[in-house]
Amino acid sequence: MTERLRVNPILCTGHGLCAELIPEQISLDEWGYPILSNEPVPPALRKLARRAVTDCPTLALALVPDP
Amino acid sequence: MTAAIRDNLTNAYNATTAGAKVGPAGLPRLLPATGQPMELAEHLRVHGRTPYRGGAKMLIHTIESAGLTGRGGAAFPTHRKLTAVASQKGSPVVVGNGAEGEPASDKDKRLLWFSPHLVLDGLQLAAEAVGARQVHLYLHREPMLEQRVHSALAERASTGLDRIAVNLVTAPHRFLAGEESALANRVEGGAALPRFTPPRIFERGVGGAPTLVQNIETLAHLALISRYGPAWFRSVGTKAEPGSMLTTLRRADGSGGIAETAIGTPIAELLRLAEHPARAVLVGGYHGAWLTPEQARHLTLSNADLRPLGAAVGAGVLAALPADRCGIVESARVVRYLALESAGQCGPCLNGLPRIAATLSQLADHRSAPSARDDLARWSQLVERRGACHHPDGTVRFLRSALTVFADEVALHESGRCSAATTKPFLPIPTASPAYEQDWS
Repeated sequence: MTERLRVNPILCTGHGLCAELIPEQISLDEWGYPILSNEPVPPALRKLARRAVTDCPTLALALVPDP
Repeated sequence: MTAAIRDNLTNAYNATTAGAKVGPAGLPRLLPATGQPMELAEHLRVHGRTPYRGGAKMLIHTIESAGLTGRGGAAFPTHRKLTAVASQKGSPVVVGNGAEGEPASDKDKRLLWFSPHLVLDGLQLAAEAVGARQVHLYLHREPMLEQRVHSALAERASTGLDRIAVNLVTAPHRFLAGEESALANRVEGGAALPRFTPPRIFERGVGGAPTLVQNIETLAHLALISRYGPAWFRSVGTKAEPGSMLTTLRRADGSGGIAETAIGTPIAELLRLAEHPARAVLVGGYHGAWLTPEQARHLTLSNADLRPLGAAVGAGVLAALPADRCGIVESARVVRYLALESAGQCGPCLNGLPRIAATLSQLADHRSAPSARDDLARWSQLVERRGACHHPDGTVRFLRSALTVFADEVALHESGRCSAATTKPFLPIPTASPAYEQDWS
């Protein structure tokens, strides 16, 4: 099953950790908020993506099944 | 019960009631033809008692045949919403949404004032259709209207019309208070702030229960369809978009008001564009889009005509900007208002909307930086689809249409000029105060 990253924009306060951990999937906008890739997380990045999810200080990031 | 048996039962019911009641011919249907508010005695004389079906889901097939869609703005098929809520586990909640946050729209307030019993019938019938045991009516805080609804409810209680007591919930006068997840928060007793979805409100809304949120005009149509049937409902409107809808009209000569209109009526006719030439036409309100007069002249009030142009019927707002006004000045006022109405919960909206608003105001006031157009385009992309609700998306839709339709005016403003004779405000904007900006409950 493929997965993609999803951010809850209400919980996100723009710490930016996720973009440091997985820049292939997440960049930051000019105000420091994450812009997520539209692509599913490739298998090679799964471990990093999971870490970005658990390390998010506001628990705003989730891995969800790719529809 | 299988779908086939259910349909047969519904058809049998329709057959027994067919001919028993003839619906009003022509328009208006929702608003009293007398122009006087319709009280309960008159309502019962004209429409009879609430036509309960005697079981959950019985009405849904009738609503599907009628082709009723939501009149709150999204035009979502009503039967699909009813089915989705009725099919969830748990006891559903029904909320009639009368909180029209759109400052350019007054149709829901008018409907509730003039025909409260159609709305309240619709609320009961929708509750029966999804098997709800909890029913709310959600309104902006407005003491006169609240009082009117309270007395209408008391009168209905004394004649035993309502099977489920209706709880009145009020919300602050905020643009987003009627957004359905904000509504769910408010009905729970919290602030009227949008939530992150999923879960969708029809899955888990008020108190975690599957929740049906219907605009009150949709409920009033539902109450009429229950009585007079799908064929009657379809006798006005288009095949794809049947029925009538309430519209709030603002013509270029300053005339206008609330009109019940057949879907598919030419926009030029509604706004009398031949008589009162307009600089541009706004459709769908402040999350809607501007059209050039040339575009508007050939279009009808229907999503079939408007959607290809990136516009939509929305909640029926139509405004013709007078020829002596500036579209950039008007749009800057609206976008500033929309930026102030951001709930401020999501970073891109919180940061992007005020910058967009300030830059558009600078353009309106001839003090924009050379980068203004690029900045607006970049920020529009940055806020779009990045909010928990659709506020940034709607704001960007409005902005982009303004920059397209008023492209010549943008160029004039960049060179320090303006083609308008007056900057007198045309579109209605509520006056905001700092305290107002913080008030969400």
